[in-house]
Amino acid sequence: MTDRPHLAVIGAGPAGLAASLAAAARGIRVTLIDAGAMAGGQFYRGPAPGLGARRPQALHHQWRTGDRLARGLAGHVTAGTIEHLTDHHVWCVERQSDGFAVHALLGPEQERPVTVGVDAVLLATGGYEKVLPFPGWTLPGVVTAGGAQAMLKGSLVVPGRTAVVAGTGPLLLPVATGLAAAGVDVAALVESADPKALLRGTGDAKAFLERARALAAQPGKVAEGAQYAAQLVRHRVKVMARHTVVEAHGEERLDAVTVAALDGDGRVRPGTERRIPCDTLAVGHGMLPHTDLAESLGCRVDGLDVHVDEEQRTDVPGVWAAGETTGIGGSALSLAEGHIAGRSVAARLTGAEPDPREWAAVAKSRTRMREFFAALDTVYVPPAHWTEQVTDDTVVCRCEEVTGGEIRRAVGELGAGDVRTVKLLTRAGMGWCQGRMCEPAVAGLAGCAQTSARRLLARPVPLGVLARAEEDLAGAEEDLAGAVEDPDEPGGPGASEDD
Amino acid sequence: MSKPFTCDVVVVGAGMVGAACTLYAARAGLDVALVDRGPVAGGTTGAGEGNLLVSDKEPGPELDLALLSGRLWVDLAEATELASAIEYEAKGGVVVAATPEGLTALETFAAGQRAAGVAAVPVAADRLHDLEPQLAPGLAGAVHYPQDAQVMPALAAAHLVRASGARLLTGRTVTEVLRTADGSARGVRTDRGEIHAPAVVNAAGTWGSAVAALAGVSLPVLPRRGFVLVTEPLPRLVRHKVYAADYVADVASDSAALQTSPVVEGTAAGPILIGASRERVGFDRSFSLPALRELAAGATRLFPFLSGVRALRTYLGFRPYMPDHLPAIGPDPRVPGLFHACGHEGAGIGLATGTGHLLAQILTGRTPDLDLAPFRPDRFPQEAV
Amino acid sequence: MNPLELVRAQPGPAFTVTLDGREIEALPGQSVAAALWTAGVTSWRSTRGAGRPRGVFCGIGVCFDCLVTVNDRPNQRACLVPVRPGDTIRTQEGTGHDD
Repeated sequence: MTDRPHLAVIGAGPAGLAASLAAAARGIRVTLIDAGAMAGGQFYRGPAPGLGARRPQALHHQWRTGDRLARGLAGHVTAGTIEHLTDHHVWCVERQSDGFAVHALLGPEQERPVTVGVDAVLLATGGYEKVLPFPGWTLPGVVTAGGAQAMLKGSLVVPGRTAVVAGTGPLLLPVATGLAAAGVDVAALVESADPKALLRGTGDAKAFLERARALAAQPGKVAEGAQYAAQLVRHRVKVMARHTVVEAHGEERLDAVTVAALDGDGRVRPGTERRIPCDTLAVGHGMLPHTDLAESLGCRVDGLDVHVDEEQRTDVPGVWAAGETTGIGGSALSLAEGHIAGRSVAARLTGAEPDPREWAAVAKSRTRMREFFAALDTVYVPPAHWTEQVTDDTVVCRCEEVTGGEIRRAVGELGAGDVRTVKLLTRAGMGWCQGRMCEPAVAGLAGCAQTSARRLLARPVPLGVLARAEEDLAGAEEDLAGAVEDPDEPGGPGASEDD
Repeated sequence: MSKPFTCDVVVVGAGMVGAACTLYAARAGLDVALVDRGPVAGGTTGAGEGNLLVSDKEPGPELDLALLSGRLWVDLAEATELASAIEYEAKGGVVVAATPEGLTALETFAAGQRAAGVAAVPVAADRLHDLEPQLAPGLAGAVHYPQDAQVMPALAAAHLVRASGARLLTGRTVTEVLRTADGSARGVRTDRGEIHAPAVVNAAGTWGSAVAALAGVSLPVLPRRGFVLVTEPLPRLVRHKVYAADYVADVASDSAALQTSPVVEGTAAGPILIGASRERVGFDRSFSLPALRELAAGATRLFPFLSGVRALRTYLGFRPYMPDHLPAIGPDPRVPGLFHACGHEGAGIGLATGTGHLLAQILTGRTPDLDLAPFRPDRFPQEAV
Repeated sequence: MNPLELVRAQPGPAFTVTLDGREIEALPGQSVAAALWTAGVTSWRSTRGAGRPRGVFCGIGVCFDCLVTVNDRPNQRACLVPVRPGDTIRTQEGTGHDD
């Protein structure tokens, strides 16, 4: 069976799982390559098995979907139709004359290399959180909203006793309710979004979510919103809409934040500042797609998103992409995109022309979800004048400790008008994270749009690994067993909105 | 479209060479405008390493230019506040030989350089680790070149422009070299207005042939792709610019063909730079893992400890090379008023000061410190433009 | 309520690791960062410029703020590396290679 077409799916979140199941069910040999110890990605992240959680769904709003996908994967792994490589950190996908070589480092040390040769690649690399800087945001105790959630879901830990959840975007709701359910006193949910779209006046959690429902043309999303509303009320979380955190205070760690109201132009309203004692600030301003692998493959990237066609194909033959990497849109959209991508791969790799009518319902759901997130994007935006909070001594590049003042000087005195030139002149973005954290802020301070950064190495690679030639090609694994048609396809997007 | 304006010199290209031409012309009393379609240091300069090397040059016009440039870099770093701003570091170079035969060829090469004015100090195998403690064991010996130095190229370009006081016009694409009735250059047209000047300097680097073509002349500048690898930040474990030289000795010839491994060097900021690879693939921006593997292999052979050090990033650029590997510097006899300062291959950062200085001398009617004949822009067979 | 109670966790037996020589308890399956949080530690690195304290920020391996030395390997992301019995965890300064 080794002559079956071989697909590498990179990333085992919603998109990668849906794609793997759809492709494997149609006779494609799938190698699912993921950095995590368990499938699920960030969204379906579950507690580590050693923690013995008997009720993990208490931390998940879509546990059933994730569980179904995981069971589907397990079935394919047992049947030998999907090989699931965990703890594999992919640093590069290389185009070769007869396919692709996926180069990974084995975790958690990420020192030993593994290379997998395949016929085609499906990028489901997901996204990461965008955080805009403000004075004090580098203090221990300040974490990203998604980071607080990941630590809670994966390791069952919380960073402190009293938290403020702040920023903008739909992620703040589950983070606030999750922390509260786990026993953290959530002193406030500080959301900068426009009250005209979300909430008239401030203060009441129920009204906040009722307005949010208007956006949600999706019945599943309405139910989700109502759940969060009820939980915010139950945990007595104070919701402060049209507010923003202007400063985090503390010496060696966070001890308070100052929040302030925003005026209609997105500026801090003077005199409205108030201090909230807390030891934790979970902050986020939306999500950004991971596009590094696509960029080193030479795939077209529009703005920050990998460009795909109706079948989720990139413009590089043999490379598909699905989920957040093609544009932020949440788990339901990722499932739909992954499913379509998997079916397109299955047809194309066997020389067939896919018939889009077969997935018309999923495509319709994909369209609806994209529209839904486009609508959310118009509402959940950071304050228009957030750069005014970035003082000259605020560290903007966390790795290289480059301040707002240094960036402003590069722009004002040395003529830098784009992220790359600011980086060359200040080192902002040259450190360990390679600008993933500071790029949105640098773009904002330089007054330009954030564009894709073209990181050719998706993660740090030991030079000794780079220096070695192709000796690690993993070609010796035994043949995978025959394909198993799964009539009740676990990855079907229809399963995505049922919780 | 902005209103046309007039100045003495318009320099096309805000990379390192254009910045140096601007600085020295301005210092010579000329009113200079510097124009670029992108930002400062947006092309090859922003993708370079900042090598100011004499060690890799055999006696001849390029070495003379490198020595002049090195003195001018020292002047800039000493006479102004620039030294720290541009991260100038007189760290010196160490060229190592793996074998006794290689060392003999290296020492012969160094003797020729010494006769031409280069400081080149032989280093015996048992003293090598005093200079570079982390070098691999078993090397045959080395030559130490104290004149090799380092700047951060993008900072150097930006600060030289700023020090010049000249008008910097970024984000403007030159679409035409304006000509008088008798064919002389009289300025440039850009996508945002005209700039009138009796002297136009083509400092467009790798894109110099396109700018020359706008003036109706051919200048064979071609791209050579180079990748640079950058490591995680480290303490100062590599002190000099270090590379290995393998000389293919040819008894029938009085010159030795030189092949070098990538330059490995520590930086003030912490990361170690390794580069650059060399490929002639046109303006192809694709990622090339084989090129990176060669860089990593060369660097880890010299410094075994680097095997466990992580590369955080890589970047690529296009070095502007000309068929005889010498730059084009000076007036173009085919178009009065047109001057070239481009085609410096992988040495443009180092050679920028000398190039700018010589060009300023020409622009102000003085005799240049060096004979520019080897750098004549029209030294190649004329091709149809 | 705490997170373990919320999901009715019955973790495997706790084990001991050290942070700069001090013994702390950890649970199987936790990341190094989670074990440190549980022990009340929120920073374990100082930056190489200003020497400022850092700990977890992104929690998913993207920001590299939580770098730590585990069993003499510097610059490990505490949020990704699972804690194992007997681990020697050390706070790190600067580049992590400084000593």
